Amino acid sequence: MNLASLSSSYLRARPLNTALSLMLLALGVATIVLLVLVVSQLEERMSRDARGIDLVVGAKGSPMQLILAGIYHADAPTGNIPLAAVQAFQKNRLVRKVIPLALGDGWKGFRIVGAGHEYLEHYGAKPAIGRLWDEPMEVVLGAEVAARTGVGVGARFAGAHGITGQGEEHGAAPYDVVGVLGRTGSVLDRLVLTSVESVWQVHEQEHGPEDKADRKALEEDREVTVLLLQYASPLAAAMLPRQINSQSELQAASPAYETARLFRIVGVGVEAMRAFAIVLIIAAGLSVFIALYTALEERRYDLAVMRTLGAAPGRLFGLLIMEGVVLAALGTLIGLALGHALAATLGAWLESQQQYPVTGLAWRAEELWLAAVALGVGLIAALLPAWRAYRTDVSRTLARG
Amino acid sequence: MISVRGLAHRYASTEVLRVPEWSVAQGERWLVLGPSGCGKTTLLHALAGLIRPSEGAVRVAETDLKKLDGGDLDRWRGATVGIVLQGLHLVGHLSVRDNLRLAQYMAHAPQDDARVADALGALGVADKAARRPADLSEGERQRVAIARAVVNRPKLLLADEPTANLDDRAAAHAAELLLEQAERHGATLVVATHDARVKQKFEKRLDLSA
Repeated sequence: MNLASLSSSYLRARPLNTALSLMLLALGVATIVLLVLVVSQLEERMSRDARGIDLVVGAKGSPMQLILAGIYHADAPTGNIPLAAVQAFQKNRLVRKVIPLALGDGWKGFRIVGAGHEYLEHYGAKPAIGRLWDEPMEVVLGAEVAARTGVGVGARFAGAHGITGQGEEHGAAPYDVVGVLGRTGSVLDRLVLTSVESVWQVHEQEHGPEDKADRKALEEDREVTVLLLQYASPLAAAMLPRQINSQSELQAASPAYETARLFRIVGVGVEAMRAFAIVLIIAAGLSVFIALYTALEERRYDLAVMRTLGAAPGRLFGLLIMEGVVLAALGTLIGLALGHALAATLGAWLESQQQYPVTGLAWRAEELWLAAVALGVGLIAALLPAWRAYRTDVSRTLARG
Repeated sequence: MISVRGLAHRYASTEVLRVPEWSVAQGERWLVLGPSGCGKTTLLHALAGLIRPSEGAVRVAETDLKKLDGGDLDRWRGATVGIVLQGLHLVGHLSVRDNLRLAQYMAHAPQDDARVADALGALGVADKAARRPADLSEGERQRVAIARAVVNRPKLLLADEPTANLDDRAAAHAAELLLEQAERHGATLVVATHDARVKQKFEKRLDLSA
């Protein structure tokens, strides 16, 4: 027998009170764990996807939409821009790198992105199977796309109009899969990649005129959807966005600024949930306090008996503190497990929706803090009951009954 | 074994106990008699070091209780005194066996299951070891309370109204058990009671009503 086993035995004898305290604490802890896991993983993924991209240029519209579509492939693009813009930026001395992307089609919910090989190099992606595209109409699948569709090298499929891939099919212009990329942990995992020419070809074949002269005209009007830019010097940050935004048909958006804005908007919801979780944890502390404090009256003989058996008052203090700490420790453990289970469930659902992946298997340093705070709440909740147990007047208690 | 001199105790300036002089030799069996409210329980608490009397000196087992400070007094009590409380007060959420282990743990005695089994066996309740106190009869609870008081082999065994609420046969039996257990462990026995039925079993009496 020791204080821990004595406390546990007492807590087991009051299953309803114990369950209530545990449940409140576990729910509070689980909510915070879930928030911490989801927010930190999203931030990590989003900053990794935006790494090395200083500016996104596209058609006029919402700058946040431009970022979501251009970098994260999570929104519809704002429109197209003339190909001539690409050449202009390539000549601009303020720009080190220009990556043009042509969007518009999808396949089984994954986006088909027309790009140069430099787009893959930017994220350090290499084919795990097969090779990169050389000819138009050859595609390379991101690791996640290959895994979820079960399609591999040698397969042939038709893209569908619309980025979700649920529009009308381009049956006349099928793609050939020539490679599958290794996993990068970036947005590329969820993309189908091909050359910009493939995207043009698909649309010109279907909607373009048969006449050669007209086709030539069409080719001169070719467009891309977005440009990902990397600055050559800090000076570019001061000059380029203003330059671009003053042109009538182009818009520049800074990923750093727009994602910060996005997290500020989402942050209101996150803060509200965090406040709710803190309320739950405080309620758990109160529940522990009330359970221990109100039980003192019916336990007064138990406590007095322990004194007659030779226990010093400090031991009764320790016993009550232990009960608070045991409750808090159990509640925290259940909460941590629940939080990770919820994150894993959410992750599985997001994955099935082809959204950002979230895992329940990662641990964060914040969770240690959270556990320490929860234990502290249990300890503080037990202080006053413990003090009253410490002050038990044995002789009077026993003389009363 | 026990030496009391000029003992008086007051609660809020009301005197509840006065024992001018009382000596008990090692191994003696005493009854402390008197009606309710005459200070029997207070005397037992003074002997066990549960209260510090307002006046006078109490020596138990060669120890002047006044000279022990809080923690030492608790430790001394655990090692020296076994108490059967009025109302027994077994701990309800613990099994019979754990009630005895609790006595060992709180007295800082080694946790010795053989000794627990021996104490329960000697009182005929070995088969109730795994039960909760609420599952036992009143007589069985009494035996467990006595077993808990003697499991640490105290030099002094105190019992407060052990025969209250018992019928004649059970009362006689409870007195027998206490005498038997005191004998078995070589303990001095002091029983506080207002119950005339057990008088003839004890030679030595201290009457507080006088």
